Amino acid sequence: MTEALTIPMEHGLLLASLLFLIGLLGVMVRRNIIVILMSLEIMLNACCMAFIFAGAHWGQTDGQIMFMLILSIAAAEVAVGLGLLLQVFRRFGSLDIDRASRMRG
Amino acid sequence: MLELGLFYTSATVALVATVFAVTRYNVAHALIYLIISLLASAVIFYLVGAPFAAILEILIYAGAIMVLFVFVIMMLNLGSPGDGVEHQWLQPGMWIFPSILCLVLLAEIVYMLSSGDRMLQGKMIGPKQVGIDLFGPYVLAVEIASMLLLAGLVGAYHLGRKYLIDAREES
Repeated sequence: MTEALTIPMEHGLLLASLLFLIGLLGVMVRRNIIVILMSLEIMLNACCMAFIFAGAHWGQTDGQIMFMLILSIAAAEVAVGLGLLLQVFRRFGSLDIDRASRMRG
Repeated sequence: MLELGLFYTSATVALVATVFAVTRYNVAHALIYLIISLLASAVIFYLVGAPFAAILEILIYAGAIMVLFVFVIMMLNLGSPGDGVEHQWLQPGMWIFPSILCLVLLAEIVYMLSSGDRMLQGKMIGPKQVGIDLFGPYVLAVEIASMLLLAGLVGAYHLGRKYLIDAREES
């Protein structure tokens, strides 16, 4: 099962890192909280893709198992993140994250 | 060789859809492009011989997690209501490009299914192998993931519950 991949692994990892970069730019540039959460999902998905490519390259199942663990992390993260989003929207009346830049102690 | 072509096509679809998802002003449109990006990722996972991961990508990412986003967008009632908005949404420009990207992915799937399994012979890592390893050496990680999901459930319930109670008191 070694060298089980006809697709070059470098191209797969390049795709994963490009997707991660787009997600990172989205987190840094966009001010809408929903879009920021979506960009976080893009970044997690890119990590999953890197794991899948590595697992397929060596013909092992570990890549897919790590994919499932990252999937559960993403599910928990998005549930809590959307709960926080509802709180921010109720408190500031907007999804603009710059409105929440001052903490009230 | 054909497999390489399929891979590069779906990689292009994924990159284009992700760029559009990050740059749209309307959140619902961004969500559509994000779903297409996830579907393209699922096709890529299938191509590299991880069919179980591809199915989970569609079921959990493009299904469950994106439904959460749709719920929140509906709950917050973003955007101005009225006929004008719907008229604007039903213009061809809004949905024709996502449809083209989806059709490219559909064509790839149909091509793969019609050409049978000969493209992926001998390098598929199926669900059986993954399951055996998941509940063998990785069983502790499964337990930790279940506790993480429980913590996420409790946290989301707490945050959402306060939101509902406060909204009721204000009204």
